[in-house]
Amino acid sequence: MEKTIKLEVTRYASERDAEPHLENFEVPFRPDWVVLDALNYIKDKLDGSLSYRWSCRMGICGSCGMMVNGEPKLTCATFLADYAPGPIRVEPLPYFPVVRDLVIEMSDFLRKLEGVKPWIIRKEEKPIREGEYLQTPEQLDTYKQFSMCINCMLCYAACPVYGLDPLFSGPAAIALAQRYNLDSRDQGAAERMGILSQHDGIWGCTFVGECTKVCPKNVDPAGAIQQYKLSATKEWFRSLLMPWGER
Amino acid sequence: MNSKEMREVPAYTEFHPRWYRKRVSTYWWLWKWSYLKFVLREISSVFVAWFVVVTLALIAGLSRGPEAYAEWQAWMRLPVVIAVNVVSFFFVLVHALTWFNLAPRAIVMRVGGKRVPDAAIVGANCVAWAIASAILAWLVLRGG
Repeated sequence: MEKTIKLEVTRYASERDAEPHLENFEVPFRPDWVVLDALNYIKDKLDGSLSYRWSCRMGICGSCGMMVNGEPKLTCATFLADYAPGPIRVEPLPYFPVVRDLVIEMSDFLRKLEGVKPWIIRKEEKPIREGEYLQTPEQLDTYKQFSMCINCMLCYAACPVYGLDPLFSGPAAIALAQRYNLDSRDQGAAERMGILSQHDGIWGCTFVGECTKVCPKNVDPAGAIQQYKLSATKEWFRSLLMPWGER
Repeated sequence: MNSKEMREVPAYTEFHPRWYRKRVSTYWWLWKWSYLKFVLREISSVFVAWFVVVTLALIAGLSRGPEAYAEWQAWMRLPVVIAVNVVSFFFVLVHALTWFNLAPRAIVMRVGGKRVPDAAIVGANCVAWAIASAILAWLVLRGG
C-alpha cells in the first residue's frame, strides 16, 4: 500500500462559514513532493473546491506563501519529507483578512508597497542620447540583497508588530524603500524619508527580527529597517546642527 | 449623443467578499520562543532603568554627606534590594549581549569594497565593552 501523510487544511467560504475550520486530507507521501504538490493533489483528486494561490512553483513568484505548522513558508519550497510522519497543518498567512480557504486579501500590502515609491526617482532625467545610468559592481552590491524581495509577504506573517498595528508599513515595503535609497541612480531618499520617518514607518518596528528569519530570499528586512533608522537619526542630527544645510 | 448617462462616472467599489479577520491574542508573545525572547529583551530595559535609579540614589547620598551615604549603603544591604539587583544584573547582561548581537544588522561597514562580517562587528563591540568594564573595575577596586 502506498504511504500517505495527513494534511490539515484551513477551509473557509464566506457564504457558508462563520469562521474557518480545518479539514483533513490523506495525500500520497512522496519524498520529492512539496506542500504545494500535496495541495494540487487535493484539488485534482479529492476536492476541487479548495482555493489557494500559486504560480511558478520555483520560489520566484511569491504567490504560494502559507503557514505550514505555524511557520510562514513558501509551500513550493517546503518538502513533505521534512514534516514526516505528519500531520502537516496548512493555514493562510495570518494578519491578513481571509477571502477563501488559503487565499488572503493583500491590498493593504500593495498599497503600502506603492506608498514608499519603490522605483528610481530622479530630480532631473537625463536625455536618452546621453546614455544609460552606469553603476559599478560595488554600487550594485550595496542594494542587491534588498532587491531580491519577491513580495511573498512571509515577513508580514512573521511580524507581530504588523499583527497588532495594521497601520505599520511592514518589513518588505521598508526594505524595498531602502533598496532604492541605496541605489546610486536614485535621488528620492529624502522623499521616502518623509513618508517612512513617521510613527507607522520605520519607528513602528521594535526589531523582533522574525521577518529576516522567515525570508526565503535572504533579504534581511530587519537589517534594512535598522539601517534606515540609523540614517534617519543621522539626518535628524544633521538638520539640527546645520539647519541651513541642504536637505 | 445621449448626454447625461454617459458623463456620469459611477462610484467605483472594490470587490469585497465577506472577509474573515482574526484578532491577535494578547498572549501572542507566548506562542513562540523567539517572540518570548524578544519580550524579555525589551523588558530588560526596565532593569537598566533600575540601575540608573540606584546610581542616582548613590550620587544623591554622596552629595548629601556621610549619613546619607550610610543610609544608601544600608538600603543596598536589604535582602529585597540584593535580590532585585541580582535579577537586574542578569537582565542587564541580556540587554548588553542582545544589543551587541543585533548591532551588525544596523551597522554596515565596508572595507576594501567588501562588507565587514557580522562576527567582526559583534566582536569589536564586545572587546570595547570588556575594556570599558576592566577600566571601571580598576578605578573602583584599586582603592580597596
